[in-house]
Amino acid sequence: MSNTAKTLVIATAVAAAVSGAATTASAQAKEKCYGVSKAGQNDCAAGPGTTCAGTSTVDYQGNAWTLVDAGTCADIELPAEANGTPRKGSLEPLERDLPA
Amino acid sequence: MLDDALRSNRLPAAPGVGYKPQHFTQILEHAKPVAWLEIHAENYMGDGGRPLAQLRHLSEQFPISVHGVGLSIGGEGSLDSDHLTRLKHLVEWLNPASFSEHLAWSTHDAHFLNDLLPLPYTDMTLARVCEHIDQVQNTIGRQMLLENPSSYLAFEESTWSEPDFLREISQRTGCGLLLDVNNVFVSATNLDYSPQEYINEYPLEKVGEIHLGGHDEDEDDHGHPLLIDSHGREVVDPVWALLDYVLDRSGPKPVLIEWDTDVPDWPVLRDEAVRAQAALDRVPA
Amino acid sequence: MSVSQTEFRAALLDAAKPVPDGLLDASSQPAGRRFSVYRNNVAVSLTEAMHQAFPVITKLLGPQNMDGLAGLFLRQHPPSSPLMMFYGQEFPEFLSRMEQLSHLGYLPDVARLELAIRESYHAADSQPIDADALAVSPEDLMQAKLGFAPSMRVLKSAWPVHAIWRFNNDPDAPKPEPGAQDVLVTRPEYDPTPQLLPPGGADWISGLLSGQTIGEAFEITTAEIPDFDLGTTLALLLQGAAITSVTIERLDT
Repeated sequence: MSNTAKTLVIATAVAAAVSGAATTASAQAKEKCYGVSKAGQNDCAAGPGTTCAGTSTVDYQGNAWTLVDAGTCADIELPAEANGTPRKGSLEPLERDLPA
Repeated sequence: MLDDALRSNRLPAAPGVGYKPQHFTQILEHAKPVAWLEIHAENYMGDGGRPLAQLRHLSEQFPISVHGVGLSIGGEGSLDSDHLTRLKHLVEWLNPASFSEHLAWSTHDAHFLNDLLPLPYTDMTLARVCEHIDQVQNTIGRQMLLENPSSYLAFEESTWSEPDFLREISQRTGCGLLLDVNNVFVSATNLDYSPQEYINEYPLEKVGEIHLGGHDEDEDDHGHPLLIDSHGREVVDPVWALLDYVLDRSGPKPVLIEWDTDVPDWPVLRDEAVRAQAALDRVPA
Repeated sequence: MSVSQTEFRAALLDAAKPVPDGLLDASSQPAGRRFSVYRNNVAVSLTEAMHQAFPVITKLLGPQNMDGLAGLFLRQHPPSSPLMMFYGQEFPEFLSRMEQLSHLGYLPDVARLELAIRESYHAADSQPIDADALAVSPEDLMQAKLGFAPSMRVLKSAWPVHAIWRFNNDPDAPKPEPGAQDVLVTRPEYDPTPQLLPPGGADWISGLLSGQTIGEAFEITTAEIPDFDLGTTLALLLQGAAITSVTIERLDT
């Protein structure tokens, strides 16, 4: 692709994106700050007393864990090779640094 | 030792509740008699988003108490300086009515265990706790309140009673105290002492806030009752009675209802605050 | 008899270890299973935190499997910070090392997506640009650099992670088909939304994140993916309020 052609492709794409954004943005209702995300809340409550997970003497160091019942993964048919070429190591999310 | 000017606990002697995001809208519409809210500091140490937006909004209408659960004041190691910095930042922008933390440890060798773990009451732990409280108060530039724990066991090496230990800490550091009445009841049941005698020995004049919460019942190896500070149900009658016993001696104080697990709908939590208001109403100011 | 916090912690995380000496019950007998209260508080609270932090992984594997995995994980990776909102950073890596899960190769990337959504939720607020800021001459566009919202995350996966995520969140979503997917997480107000990027979208955005101009990133991306859809990628960014600045470096003529 020539530079001119490339410039044109980009300009067209950007123009389409900009006009699309303008219409959806005006239609978008402003959200309020209610809503819940419990994930990872700290609290100072104590757990369930003396009989539960923390007292199991199962060997948590070895391979004592076994896959038992299954959740929705049983409904997803994606064999180990379904991804074509495994790209292990290149899957890190491209994270931005959080501002301090 | 803290400057007198910094002893600014601005919580009203009225009922408050531990804030849960699912109650946001109803709190704004129907708070009474809830007059103030308490948040767990760590949940508001992110950089932005809905948690901070909600907190900013609430802080315009209610006095906020910041209650830390992760400073590990009783830790053997030094305090986590990153965490102290985050706390300083939160206290600076929010300017809460009060800051409190626990007589407990939770971090060791850079591992945070997400529980309030117990410490023995010895001269050595006393010195360490005081040093950490000095550091906290100097960092945030204000007085903090220190809360008594729920105890499930005792340390053989302890040489101080808990009320004496807390009084000494308060005298040495100038910190105030947060009296958790449910914790007193839980610990007294678990370790076989009288909760009233504990209150008699406790320096009530240092109390800046009172906590109430629900507990679960279990038992130890020998069938001895073992109460668990679960914060998952209503405050029981003997704990309300113990609150009356405290308020008769201390006068009105800010009283907080804590409900952290199996959090109920707002009206149920508010009813607990109504009961706290009734307890406060029978005490002459 | 004094109990060090090192000893206390070791016994907390390993129920096979004896309860430390020097801990007593109400009649000064050894504390016995009273110590279990603390063991449970630690294990149960961290297990619950993992369920809440990785709801799609929990759905995919079922709660019982998640309990077991969390029990292993929390002992290998206790939190390194008191901020529970960020717990579980090592979980994708941990999942990829579990032999029993090697037939479910997509799990680590699904966990990465869940981490990205959680980070986005707590990221700093920012002010997006007006889309008109991009209405400049084609030559200026080529030289433009973009700044992005702190709440934006981009994930490149060899698996159909977006389809898997939808399948577990939307009852009407279709069954995931094999194939690689790039995902963009944006947070227009307070709710992070994962969006499917066109192929090459993650590469183009990461080029801009590393300081390339729109033109440079486009050239590099189209070398790999000739029909890269820039328009759709940009529209997703604009609709997601993810672009926070446009800087045009004009060449001296």
